[in-house]
Amino acid sequence: MKQENNEKILLQGLARNDKKAVETIYRDNYGMVQALIINNNGSTDDARDVFQEAMIVLYEKARSGTFELHCQIKTYMYSVSRRLWLKKLQQTKRFTTDFGNPDSVVPVEDDLEDHLKRDQEFGMMEKAILGLGEPCKSLLEAFYIEKKNMQEIAADFGYTNAENAKTQKYKCLMRLKKIFFSHYKNGTQ
Amino acid sequence: MNEYNDITILDAVERYIRGEMNPDERLHFENLRKTNGEIDQLVVEHTLFLQQMNRFSEWQKFKNTIHNVHSELADKGEIKDGLKSKAKIVYLWNKYKRVTAIAASIAGITALTISILIWSVSPTHSNADYAKLSRVVYANEVKQDIIKQNVNDLMYNTPDVKKQKGVFINYKTAATGFLIDPKGLMITNAHVVKQSENIKVFNSKGDQFNAFVVQLDISRDVAIIKIDDPKFKSFGSLPYGIRKSTSELAEPIFTLGFPREEIVYGEGYLSARTGYNGDTLSCQIAIPANPGNSGGPVFNHEGEVIGILTGKQTEADDVVFAIQSKYIYQAVDNVKKNPIYQNVKITSKSTNLAGLSKQQQVKKIEDCVFMVKGD
Repeated sequence: MKQENNEKILLQGLARNDKKAVETIYRDNYGMVQALIINNNGSTDDARDVFQEAMIVLYEKARSGTFELHCQIKTYMYSVSRRLWLKKLQQTKRFTTDFGNPDSVVPVEDDLEDHLKRDQEFGMMEKAILGLGEPCKSLLEAFYIEKKNMQEIAADFGYTNAENAKTQKYKCLMRLKKIFFSHYKNGTQ
Repeated sequence: MNEYNDITILDAVERYIRGEMNPDERLHFENLRKTNGEIDQLVVEHTLFLQQMNRFSEWQKFKNTIHNVHSELADKGEIKDGLKSKAKIVYLWNKYKRVTAIAASIAGITALTISILIWSVSPTHSNADYAKLSRVVYANEVKQDIIKQNVNDLMYNTPDVKKQKGVFINYKTAATGFLIDPKGLMITNAHVVKQSENIKVFNSKGDQFNAFVVQLDISRDVAIIKIDDPKFKSFGSLPYGIRKSTSELAEPIFTLGFPREEIVYGEGYLSARTGYNGDTLSCQIAIPANPGNSGGPVFNHEGEVIGILTGKQTEADDVVFAIQSKYIYQAVDNVKKNPIYQNVKITSKSTNLAGLSKQQQVKKIEDCVFMVKGD
């Protein structure tokens, strides 16, 4: 009961991007996933990538609100990591037979499908913002990600006033939205 | 101006979505949204965009968090980022085991391929060996058949293993024989003459003489026959003597025989003091021997008869057996019991041949070596 509560608190923390919670989950599960990857043709870099992706899957699951974990975080992390690594091995055609312990996994295919879709969208967004170049990238990041107001931005970026910054931001935004929606429509069609 | 309007509108939309408008402004904007489809569309679209931007920014922040957490935990040593040596070996093995397996397979296949290539490139050699072998086997089969036939027809009852194994060279109609006394007593193979009513002997010049059997020793496959023909002229003395004692190991030897219609010379050495299965009356010699050679004399380099060639072991190369010459003395002693032959004398003296060259020795001996044919 206590452990269940602990895990619930951990997941709530994770959903808020609470560093303490992230750290705890990280510490408790990393060794297990690393062992799994390394024993199955992976490197430490592979282990880190797989574990961090699994962390993102868990984060998204925790954030979705409807999340009720029917198993321990450890089991979920193991299942997701195993699945992710299996997929990667199949893509690189290195090793396609099953591995790990199939008895100790829970079904995570749906979660991974959602994750993959989001990952593509975010990846596309990241690419689009990077493609804007400076100063648009920094300007938009400052406004939309760091959530700074126009006065701050004008000061940071050396615009004479907020209106000028706003005009510049508008131009950048139009470019980004154009890229975003063309991809978005293509992606959803 | 148009651009300025757009900026103002977008600014309003953003403030509306973020809930930054005061109630009056908000009411005004909602009315505008209801009447102006374009504005409404922009709000919907921008809401979607901002949601996506928000989630994206949180996703990025979370990625940053886990990245930082990873670095911090690795720095504190709470997770192992590097590989310990054992883990490294496991990792390297896991990473390269397929490569290793493939390399091993390739090595194996290459080795096989090379073997096959070498085997196929040198077919003449192996084929020659093979043909030779089968010829020997065939000859052997013939021999065995002959022996069986002999057993059936004439109760040819050789107790030793020789005939069962078929190791002796037998030629159905011809063998070699040689004189042991100047008056026409000679030694040859028993199986050639024992079933024959008529025996003919041919010298190297082609002259033929009739002969008859004086004594048979079927267990040793040796017969003593006597030339009984008016054409035959007694020799004054034989050029060679017959050795009484056992010969020395490695002694150079030669033989004369009739493996074909022509007299054939062969030379070799004494390789063992005993014969087949440790038989002390025989010895082992290394000499080229073929069917027809059996019954022939084996000479040492001084021209003494040291044995009677009897056969060879087919399973091994160059393993030929000869009965030691001391046996001849035993056999002749037996013959002497018959009053007709009591004056027969065989000698160990070989005054005529010692010190001569091989050619001269053979020239003198060849008249005393005969091809024996029985019907």
